[in-house]
Amino acid sequence: MSVMKRLSMIFRSKANNALDKMEDPRETLDYSYQRQLELLQKVRRGVADVATSRKRVELQINQIEAQSRKLEEQGRKALGVGREDLAREALTRRSSLQTQIADLRVQHDNLQAEEEKLTTASHRLQAKVDSFRTRKETIKATYTAAEAQTRINEAFSGISEEMGDVGLAIQRAEDKTASMQARAGAIDELLASGALDDFSGQRGDDIQAELDRMGGGHDVELEIARMKAELGQGPAPKSAIESGPPQQHQQPQQHQQPQQSPQTQQYRQPGEGL
Amino acid sequence: MIVRIMGEGQTEIDPSDLDVLNALDGELEAAIEAGDEEAFRACLHDLLDKVRHVGRALPDDSLESSELILPPADASMEEVREMLGDEGLIPG
Repeated sequence: MSVMKRLSMIFRSKANNALDKMEDPRETLDYSYQRQLELLQKVRRGVADVATSRKRVELQINQIEAQSRKLEEQGRKALGVGREDLAREALTRRSSLQTQIADLRVQHDNLQAEEEKLTTASHRLQAKVDSFRTRKETIKATYTAAEAQTRINEAFSGISEEMGDVGLAIQRAEDKTASMQARAGAIDELLASGALDDFSGQRGDDIQAELDRMGGGHDVELEIARMKAELGQGPAPKSAIESGPPQQHQQPQQHQQPQQSPQTQQYRQPGEGL
Repeated sequence: MIVRIMGEGQTEIDPSDLDVLNALDGELEAAIEAGDEEAFRACLHDLLDKVRHVGRALPDDSLESSELILPPADASMEEVREMLGDEGLIPG
Protein backbone atom coordinates (compact mmCIF):
# COMPACT_ATOMS: atom_id res chain seq x y z
CA MET A 1 0.00 0.00 0.00
CA SER A 2 1.22 3.51 -0.75
CA VAL A 3 3.00 5.70 1.79
CA MET A 4 0.33 8.36 1.99
CA LYS A 5 -2.54 5.88 2.38
CA ARG A 6 -0.70 3.94 5.07
CA LEU A 7 0.07 7.11 7.01
CA SER A 8 -3.55 8.24 6.92
CA MET A 9 -4.67 4.81 8.12
CA ILE A 10 -2.29 5.02 11.06
CA PHE A 11 -3.73 8.41 12.04
CA ARG A 12 -7.29 7.19 11.63
CA SER A 13 -6.75 4.07 13.71
CA LYS A 14 -5.26 6.17 16.51
CA ALA A 15 -8.30 8.44 16.48
CA ASN A 16 -10.64 5.43 16.48
CA ASN A 17 -8.82 3.82 19.39
CA ALA A 18 -9.22 7.00 21.41
CA LEU A 19 -12.92 7.21 20.51
CA ASP A 20 -13.52 3.57 21.44
CA LYS A 21 -12.28 4.18 24.98
CA MET A 22 -15.16 6.52 25.73
CA GLU A 23 -18.69 5.38 26.34
CA ASP A 24 -20.40 8.74 26.28
CA PRO A 25 -19.40 10.82 23.23
CA ARG A 26 -19.79 14.01 25.25
CA GLU A 27 -17.09 12.72 27.58
CA THR A 28 -14.90 12.13 24.55
CA LEU A 29 -15.30 15.74 23.51
CA ASP A 30 -14.44 17.13 26.93
CA TYR A 31 -11.49 14.77 27.33
CA SER A 32 -10.22 15.58 23.87
CA TYR A 33 -10.50 19.31 24.53
CA GLN A 34 -8.47 18.96 27.73
CA ARG A 35 -5.79 17.06 25.84
CA GLN A 36 -5.72 19.75 23.17
CA LEU A 37 -5.16 22.45 25.79
CA GLU A 38 -2.33 20.39 27.29
CA LEU A 39 -0.76 19.95 23.87
CA LEU A 40 -1.04 23.68 23.20
CA GLN A 41 0.86 24.33 26.43
CA LYS A 42 3.46 21.80 25.38
CA VAL A 43 3.84 23.42 21.96
CA ARG A 44 4.33 26.84 23.57
CA ARG A 45 6.93 25.39 25.93
CA GLY A 46 8.58 23.75 22.94
CA VAL A 47 8.77 27.07 21.10
CA ALA A 48 10.26 28.70 24.20
CA ASP A 49 12.83 25.90 24.60
CA VAL A 50 13.96 26.16 21.00
CA ALA A 51 14.13 29.97 21.27
CA THR A 52 16.25 29.65 24.42
CA SER A 53 18.64 27.28 22.66
CA ARG A 54 18.85 29.62 19.70
CA LYS A 55 19.72 32.58 21.94
CA ARG A 56 22.32 30.52 23.72
CA VAL A 57 23.99 29.66 20.43
CA GLU A 58 23.88 33.35 19.48
CA LEU A 59 25.68 34.20 22.71
CA GLN A 60 28.32 31.56 22.02
CA ILE A 61 28.85 32.88 18.50
CA ASN A 62 29.33 36.39 19.93
CA GLN A 63 31.81 35.14 22.54
CA ILE A 64 33.86 33.20 20.03
CA GLU A 65 33.74 36.07 17.55
CA ALA A 66 35.11 38.39 20.24
CA GLN A 67 37.93 35.93 20.90
CA SER A 68 38.55 35.68 17.15
CA ARG A 69 38.82 39.47 16.85
CA LYS A 70 41.20 39.50 19.80
CA LEU A 71 43.45 36.93 18.15
CA GLU A 72 43.39 38.92 14.92
CA GLU A 73 44.43 42.03 16.82
CA GLN A 74 47.17 40.07 18.57
CA GLY A 75 48.37 38.79 15.22
CA ARG A 76 48.53 42.32 13.87
CA LYS A 77 50.33 43.51 16.98
CA ALA A 78 52.81 40.63 16.85
CA LEU A 79 53.58 41.43 13.21
CA GLY A 80 54.01 45.04 14.19
CA VAL A 81 56.76 44.11 16.59
CA GLY A 82 58.43 41.77 14.10
CA ARG A 83 57.25 38.52 15.65
CA GLU A 84 55.87 36.68 12.64
CA ASP A 85 55.96 33.38 14.54
CA LEU A 86 53.55 34.71 17.17
CA ALA A 87 51.35 36.27 14.50
CA ARG A 88 51.20 32.96 12.67
CA GLU A 89 50.22 31.16 15.87
CA ALA A 90 47.48 33.70 16.64
CA LEU A 91 46.06 33.47 13.13
CA THR A 92 46.15 29.67 13.19
CA ARG A 93 44.08 29.68 16.35
CA ARG A 94 41.76 32.27 14.86
CA SER A 95 41.22 30.01 11.87
CA SER A 96 40.02 27.15 14.06
CA LEU A 97 37.66 29.54 15.83
CA GLN A 98 36.25 30.57 12.46
CA THR A 99 35.44 26.90 11.80
CA GLN A 100 33.63 26.72 15.13
CA ILE A 101 31.68 29.89 14.32
CA ALA A 102 30.62 28.52 10.93
CA ASP A 103 29.46 25.31 12.60
CA LEU A 104 27.50 27.21 15.23
CA ARG A 105 25.87 29.34 12.55
CA VAL A 106 24.53 26.20 10.88
CA GLN A 107 23.14 25.03 14.22
CA HIS A 108 21.64 28.48 14.78
CA ASP A 109 19.89 28.43 11.40
CA ASN A 110 18.50 24.96 12.11
CA LEU A 111 17.12 26.08 15.44
CA GLN A 112 15.61 29.19 13.89
CA ALA A 113 13.87 27.10 11.22
CA GLU A 114 12.59 24.74 13.92
CA GLU A 115 11.31 27.67 15.95
CA GLU A 116 9.44 29.09 12.96
CA LYS A 117 7.87 25.72 12.18
CA LEU A 118 6.70 25.24 15.76
CA THR A 119 5.32 28.78 15.91
CA THR A 120 3.29 28.10 12.76
CA ALA A 121 2.09 24.77 14.17
CA SER A 122 1.13 26.49 17.40
CA HIS A 123 -1.01 29.09 15.59
CA ARG A 124 -2.64 26.40 13.47
CA LEU A 125 -3.42 24.26 16.49
CA GLN A 126 -4.76 27.25 18.44
CA ALA A 127 -7.22 28.01 15.61
CA LYS A 128 -8.31 24.37 15.44
CA VAL A 129 -8.74 24.13 19.21
CA ASP A 130 -10.92 27.25 19.22
CA SER A 131 -12.96 25.79 16.38
CA PHE A 132 -13.25 22.44 18.19
CA ARG A 133 -14.45 24.10 21.39
CA THR A 134 -17.27 25.88 19.54
CA ARG A 135 -18.30 22.70 17.75
CA LYS A 136 -18.06 20.64 20.93
CA GLU A 137 -20.43 22.94 22.82
CA THR A 138 -22.88 22.96 19.92
CA ILE A 139 -22.88 19.15 19.72
CA LYS A 140 -23.31 18.79 23.48
CA ALA A 141 -26.16 21.29 23.55
CA THR A 142 -28.08 19.47 20.83
CA TYR A 143 -27.02 15.99 21.81
CA THR A 144 -28.99 13.02 20.53
CA ALA A 145 -26.91 9.88 20.33
CA ALA A 146 -27.28 8.83 16.69
CA GLU A 147 -27.09 12.26 15.12
CA ALA A 148 -24.31 13.56 17.27
CA GLN A 149 -22.07 10.50 17.01
CA THR A 150 -21.23 11.22 13.37
CA ARG A 151 -20.47 14.87 14.05
CA ILE A 152 -18.38 13.93 17.06
CA ASN A 153 -16.40 11.47 14.99
CA GLU A 154 -15.75 14.10 12.32
CA ALA A 155 -14.71 16.78 14.78
CA PHE A 156 -12.63 14.33 16.78
CA SER A 157 -10.83 12.87 13.73
CA GLY A 158 -10.01 16.33 12.47
CA ILE A 159 -8.51 17.56 15.70
CA SER A 160 -6.92 14.22 16.53
CA GLU A 161 -5.05 14.23 13.24
CA GLU A 162 -3.88 17.78 13.83
CA MET A 163 -2.73 16.84 17.33
CA GLY A 164 -0.79 13.88 15.97
CA ASP A 165 0.86 16.11 13.41
CA VAL A 166 1.76 18.85 15.88
CA GLY A 167 2.76 16.24 18.46
CA LEU A 168 5.26 14.81 15.99
CA ALA A 169 6.61 18.29 15.21
CA ILE A 170 7.17 18.87 18.93
CA GLN A 171 8.84 15.50 19.35
CA ARG A 172 11.24 16.15 16.48
CA ALA A 173 12.02 19.66 17.74
CA GLU A 174 12.73 18.27 21.22
CA ASP A 175 15.12 15.68 19.79
CA LYS A 176 16.99 18.26 17.73
CA THR A 177 17.11 20.74 20.61
CA ALA A 178 18.31 18.12 23.10
CA SER A 179 21.35 17.26 21.00
CA MET A 180 21.97 20.97 20.37
CA GLN A 181 21.77 21.72 24.09
CA ALA A 182 24.24 18.97 24.93
CA ARG A 183 26.65 20.43 22.43
CA ALA A 184 26.04 23.99 23.60
CA GLY A 185 26.63 22.90 27.19
CA ALA A 186 29.97 21.39 26.24
CA ILE A 187 31.04 24.60 24.50
CA ASP A 188 29.86 26.66 27.48
CA GLU A 189 32.07 24.56 29.75
CA LEU A 190 35.04 25.02 27.45
CA LEU A 191 34.44 28.75 27.31
CA ALA A 192 34.12 28.93 31.08
CA SER A 193 37.03 26.69 32.02
CA GLY A 194 39.51 27.64 29.35
CA ALA A 195 40.06 23.93 28.77
CA LEU A 196 40.69 24.77 25.15
CA ASP A 197 43.27 27.44 24.57
CA ASP A 198 41.41 28.41 21.43
CA PHE A 199 38.32 29.33 23.37
CA SER A 200 39.94 30.81 26.41
CA GLY A 201 40.00 34.56 26.47
CA GLN A 202 40.76 34.55 30.17
CA ARG A 203 43.43 31.96 30.83
CA GLY A 204 46.46 30.44 29.17
CA ASP A 205 46.73 33.29 26.69
CA ASP A 206 50.40 32.78 25.96
CA ILE A 207 50.37 35.00 22.89
CA GLN A 208 49.18 37.94 24.96
CA ALA A 209 51.64 37.03 27.71
CA GLU A 210 54.50 37.04 25.21
CA LEU A 211 53.37 40.34 23.70
CA ASP A 212 53.04 41.84 27.18
CA ARG A 213 56.49 40.58 28.12
CA MET A 214 58.00 42.06 24.99
CA GLY A 215 55.87 45.18 25.17
CA GLY A 216 56.42 45.92 28.86
CA GLY A 217 55.65 49.60 28.43
CA HIS A 218 57.22 49.57 25.00
CA ASP A 219 54.17 51.25 23.49
CA VAL A 220 54.73 54.20 25.82
CA GLU A 221 58.45 54.25 24.97
CA LEU A 222 57.65 54.19 21.26
CA GLU A 223 55.21 57.03 21.69
CA ILE A 224 57.79 59.07 23.62
CA ALA A 225 60.48 58.32 21.06
CA ARG A 226 58.12 59.33 18.24
CA MET A 227 57.28 62.58 19.99
CA LYS A 228 60.97 63.24 20.59
CA ALA A 229 61.70 62.71 16.91
CA GLU A 230 58.95 65.14 16.00
CA LEU A 231 60.49 67.68 18.30
CA GLY A 232 63.93 67.01 16.87
CA GLN A 233 65.20 65.71 20.21
CA GLY A 234 66.26 62.27 19.07
CA PRO A 235 66.35 59.70 16.28
CA ALA A 236 63.11 58.28 14.87
CA PRO A 237 61.95 55.22 16.81
CA LYS A 238 62.34 51.73 15.42
CA SER A 239 58.95 50.23 14.74
CA ALA A 240 59.94 46.73 15.80
CA ILE A 241 61.45 45.21 18.86
CA GLU A 242 65.09 44.55 18.21
CA SER A 243 65.40 41.27 19.99
CA GLY A 244 63.44 38.24 18.92
CA PRO A 245 62.21 35.53 21.22
CA PRO A 246 64.76 33.76 23.45
CA GLN A 247 67.23 31.53 21.56
CA GLN A 248 66.25 33.10 18.29
CA HIS A 249 68.29 34.92 15.71
CA GLN A 250 67.50 38.51 14.99
CA GLN A 251 64.12 38.90 13.31
CA PRO A 252 64.10 39.83 9.66
CA GLN A 253 62.99 43.28 8.64
CA GLN A 254 59.39 43.35 7.50
CA HIS A 255 60.27 43.81 3.84
CA GLN A 256 62.38 40.64 3.81
CA GLN A 257 61.09 37.15 3.09
CA PRO A 258 59.61 35.63 6.26
CA GLN A 259 61.55 32.85 7.88
CA GLN A 260 60.05 29.54 8.77
CA SER A 261 58.24 29.95 12.05
CA PRO A 262 59.71 27.98 14.92
CA GLN A 263 58.14 24.77 16.03
CA THR A 264 55.18 25.68 18.14
CA GLN A 265 53.42 23.74 20.82
CA GLN A 266 50.55 21.55 19.62
CA TYR A 267 47.25 22.99 20.70
CA ARG A 268 44.09 21.00 21.09
CA GLN A 269 41.58 21.68 18.40
CA PRO A 270 37.99 22.63 19.14
CA GLY A 271 35.91 19.55 19.74
CA GLU A 272 38.81 17.40 20.93
CA GLY A 273 38.25 15.67 24.19
CA LEU A 274 34.52 16.40 24.17
CA MET B 1 -10.18 15.29 -1.39
CA ILE B 2 -8.06 16.53 1.51
CA VAL B 3 -4.34 15.87 1.80
CA ARG B 4 -2.25 16.72 4.85
CA ILE B 5 1.42 17.55 4.53
CA MET B 6 2.67 16.99 8.05
CA GLY B 7 4.04 20.13 9.62
CA GLU B 8 2.42 22.34 6.98
CA GLY B 9 -1.31 21.72 7.21
CA GLN B 10 -4.04 20.52 4.88
CA THR B 11 -4.77 21.20 1.23
CA GLU B 12 -7.74 20.27 -0.90
CA ILE B 13 -6.96 18.67 -4.24
CA ASP B 14 -9.09 17.75 -7.19
CA PRO B 15 -9.58 13.96 -7.56
CA SER B 16 -8.36 14.26 -11.16
CA ASP B 17 -4.88 15.06 -9.82
CA LEU B 18 -4.79 11.86 -7.82
CA ASP B 19 -3.27 9.71 -10.59
CA VAL B 20 -0.15 11.88 -10.75
CA LEU B 21 0.16 11.86 -6.97
CA ASN B 22 -0.25 8.08 -6.84
CA ALA B 23 2.50 7.63 -9.42
CA LEU B 24 4.86 9.83 -7.40
CA ASP B 25 3.82 8.05 -4.21
CA GLY B 26 4.68 4.72 -5.85
CA GLU B 27 8.18 6.01 -6.64
CA LEU B 28 8.54 7.18 -3.06
CA GLU B 29 7.58 3.76 -1.78
CA ALA B 30 10.05 2.08 -4.14
CA ALA B 31 12.84 4.37 -2.91
CA ILE B 32 12.05 3.44 0.71
CA GLU B 33 12.03 -0.27 -0.12
CA ALA B 34 15.34 0.08 -1.98
CA GLY B 35 16.81 2.00 0.94
CA ASP B 36 17.90 4.78 -1.42
CA GLU B 37 17.98 7.96 0.67
CA GLU B 38 18.80 10.22 -2.26
CA ALA B 39 15.98 8.88 -4.43
CA PHE B 40 13.67 9.04 -1.40
CA ARG B 41 14.45 12.72 -0.86
CA ALA B 42 13.93 13.57 -4.53
CA CYS B 43 10.63 11.64 -4.71
CA LEU B 44 9.33 13.13 -1.47
CA HIS B 45 10.07 16.67 -2.61
CA ASP B 46 8.50 16.03 -6.03
CA LEU B 47 5.38 14.67 -4.38
CA LEU B 48 5.08 17.53 -1.88
CA ASP B 49 5.73 20.15 -4.56
CA LYS B 50 2.99 18.63 -6.69
CA VAL B 51 0.49 18.66 -3.80
CA ARG B 52 1.35 22.28 -2.98
CA HIS B 53 1.04 23.21 -6.64
CA VAL B 54 -2.37 21.64 -7.36
CA GLY B 55 -3.83 21.99 -3.86
CA ARG B 56 -5.76 24.75 -2.16
CA ALA B 57 -4.85 25.35 1.48
CA LEU B 58 -7.62 24.74 4.01
CA PRO B 59 -8.23 27.44 6.62
CA ASP B 60 -6.52 26.90 9.99
CA ASP B 61 -9.79 26.52 11.87
CA SER B 62 -11.25 23.79 9.67
CA LEU B 63 -11.77 20.43 11.34
CA GLU B 64 -11.66 18.01 8.43
CA SER B 65 -9.88 14.69 8.52
CA SER B 66 -7.51 13.95 5.67
CA GLU B 67 -7.85 11.14 3.19
CA LEU B 68 -4.15 11.14 2.50
CA ILE B 69 -1.25 12.11 4.75
CA LEU B 70 2.28 12.88 3.64
CA PRO B 71 5.46 13.00 5.73
CA PRO B 72 7.09 16.36 6.50
CA ALA B 73 9.48 17.77 3.90
CA ASP B 74 12.54 17.36 6.12
CA ALA B 75 11.75 13.81 7.24
CA SER B 76 14.52 11.29 6.79
CA MET B 77 13.86 7.91 5.19
CA GLU B 78 14.41 6.25 8.56
CA GLU B 79 11.81 8.50 10.19
CA VAL B 80 9.25 7.66 7.52
CA ARG B 81 9.99 3.97 7.98
CA GLU B 82 9.35 4.34 11.70
CA MET B 83 6.12 6.25 11.06
CA LEU B 84 4.90 3.42 8.87
CA GLY B 85 6.03 0.75 11.32
CA ASP B 86 3.94 -0.94 13.98
CA GLU B 87 5.15 1.35 16.74
CA GLY B 88 4.78 4.52 14.70
CA LEU B 89 6.26 7.91 15.50
CA ILE B 90 2.91 9.62 15.59
CA PRO B 91 1.86 10.45 19.15
CA GLY B 92 -1.71 10.23 20.46
